[in-house]
Amino acid sequence: MASVDIRDVRKSFGTTQIIKGVSVPISDGEFVVLVGPSGCGKSTLLRMVAGLENITGGTISIGDRIVNNVHPKERDIAMVFQNYALYPHMTVGDNMGFSLKLRNTDKALINERVQKAAGILGLQSLLERFPRQLSGGQRQRVAMGRAIVRDPQVFLFDEPLSNLDAKLRVAMRTEIKELHQRLKTTTVYVTHDQIEAMTMADKIVVMHDGIVEQMGAPLDLYDRPQNQFVAGFIGSPAMNFLTGTVTANGTAGVQMANGAHLPLAKAPAASEGRPVVYGIRPEHMELGGDGPGVEAEVVVIEPTGSETQLVARVGGQDIVAIFRERHQLTPGQKIKLRPRADVAHLFDKETGKRL
Amino acid sequence: MSDTLAGAPPRAAIAIPELTAWQALRTNRNWLGFWFMLPAIAFLVLFLVYPLGLGMWLSFTDAKIGSAGKFVGLDNYEWIIGDSKFQGAVFNTLFYTFVASVIKFAVGLYLALLLNENMPFKALIRALILIPFIVPTVLSAIAFWWIYDPTFSIVSWSLRKMGWISGNINFLGDAWNSRWSVIFANVWRGVPFIAITLLAGLQTVSPSLYEAATLDGATRWQNFRHITYPLLTPIIAVVMTFSVLFTFTDFQLIKVLTNGGPAGATELMATMSYNTAILGGRIGEGAAISTAMVPFLLGAIMISWFGLQRRKWQSGENNE
Ligand SMILES: Nc1ncnc2c1ncn2[C@@H]1O[C@H](COP(=O)(O)OP(=O)(O)OP(=O)(O)O)[C@@H](O)[C@H]1O
Ligand SMILES: [Mg+2]
Repeated sequence: MASVDIRDVRKSFGTTQIIKGVSVPISDGEFVVLVGPSGCGKSTLLRMVAGLENITGGTISIGDRIVNNVHPKERDIAMVFQNYALYPHMTVGDNMGFSLKLRNTDKALINERVQKAAGILGLQSLLERFPRQLSGGQRQRVAMGRAIVRDPQVFLFDEPLSNLDAKLRVAMRTEIKELHQRLKTTTVYVTHDQIEAMTMADKIVVMHDGIVEQMGAPLDLYDRPQNQFVAGFIGSPAMNFLTGTVTANGTAGVQMANGAHLPLAKAPAASEGRPVVYGIRPEHMELGGDGPGVEAEVVVIEPTGSETQLVARVGGQDIVAIFRERHQLTPGQKIKLRPRADVAHLFDKETGKRL
Repeated sequence: MSDTLAGAPPRAAIAIPELTAWQALRTNRNWLGFWFMLPAIAFLVLFLVYPLGLGMWLSFTDAKIGSAGKFVGLDNYEWIIGDSKFQGAVFNTLFYTFVASVIKFAVGLYLALLLNENMPFKALIRALILIPFIVPTVLSAIAFWWIYDPTFSIVSWSLRKMGWISGNINFLGDAWNSRWSVIFANVWRGVPFIAITLLAGLQTVSPSLYEAATLDGATRWQNFRHITYPLLTPIIAVVMTFSVLFTFTDFQLIKVLTNGGPAGATELMATMSYNTAILGGRIGEGAAISTAMVPFLLGAIMISWFGLQRRKWQSGENNE
């Protein structure tokens, strides 16, 4: 186990810069999740930590050692690839034991470690099979097994669950989390899945276009996104954004172009008339009642059983709301939505920064 | 309860009309498959089975050019087996095939691995590698004939200029010199096929396997030994089978370069068969010599067939 320090790392392919100065300190035993839109450089960053890509600028350290020029095989890192990368000509057992075999580990010890890993992952009955005789979920577990027999300094996971069906994904998510609690190995995990990120991470790093937009504990990111990008990226369904101008005199709020008034607990200082983006999460809106709110027209209503999801149109823009209650609504119906002032977010219209 | 069930009328069986034999012939899938194969079978019989059968038949006759000949049993075979020239040709053929194939495999694999690396002008070099394969055999044989010329050989000339040798090398005039010379020419011609085929095989190996193995701690050699080589074996088996068959039946190169000489030192079974049957006019004997190649070829095919059998990790059969 070791800490990992990514400091002002840059990466260019030819003349295009893909990673533009990323710094992520990762302490020993931490579970860090990298999220960000496709193509933002998550895999590239992970591969640089593994040593599979050269580092154009900055430093990466594992433990106390700067590893920029250390060969991947000397870094003592285990990586689970998005496509699993299992050796097709080796059985499950041989796949898992390969790294130990390369180190000339004693046969009995290899067998013991493989059995132990297989036990953790429920693979005991599959050890003699070849990868192509396995289902996607089983292959995924073999890829994990190959990583954990080694007891490496750092685990790297690149979207390991993206090929699994929803149910298996939930099961594997729990398994990985449990594994981390048991082994306490420093882990960097890339995912596109909001829930994976929120539930597994000690720390989430939101990347965008080769930079870090924000990093922090999952709920911090959820409650206090530092800019409009993070606000829109974390949370599903995404936060609603409505543009308007601040009214600080009288009742604090945001005045929309169509006259609707969105409530704020407290207007930022000296901001009267300032153009802003008002952010409100779908679950932070109430239906009907008194007080300031927006007139909206029901577009779609989607009851999921546990909650009711509503898509409504406000001033030519769709917004999403989620209610715990089962409201009876019909498309086209005129309703009033009341955002909760205490959990509303306000962003500068120009810079997107939190106000 | 039970008696109502028992008393229920049996469900009416759906009547399946019996097919007439002719209808069955037209609709049964197996027969249908047979009909579709018929044109291919006809071609095979006409162009493969018939010449092969004719050749075998001739080997049991005393046919000469101009006379059909009559059945003489195994006479031809008895004669060639006792013939020291034939024994020499068998030795030459086996030696030629074995040595050339081994060298072609080693060089071909090396080139394929080299070409699979990232390097400048990769596409150009790949194209250049193919040249020996594209040039007609006769043409390249003539080129080699010049290279090996006793008086004008460029090799002898260069070595002399560098002061390594004093006199010209007698490439094709000495038994062992000529054997190595024709093997070299054959290797030069055969390597591109093997290199390019193996390169194609190498490119099907996912790079992430090497990355995974490297992270698992594999050196470059271990990457080759544990990943590349095992994944390449199926294609190696195919390409080496072809290579062995082509080399064993090689004719043009020898015919042009040495015509079997000097004194039969490079006579292969194929050239001996031709020289006996067509030039010597003894068709029966010549046919017996070519027919004698068949067991060797079958042997080579059998070996590769067992080597080729789809491995468990490819076929995905059950383990039981
Ligand atoms: N070998 C390469 N040569 C040139 N550009 C590359 C190379 N590898 C990646 N890129 C570019 O770098 C950018 C980041 O790629 P990367 O694979 O890191 O994205 P990602 O965040 O992992 O995306 P995804 O979520 O889709 O996997 C992309 O724009 C990609 O086109
Ligand atoms: Mg990626």
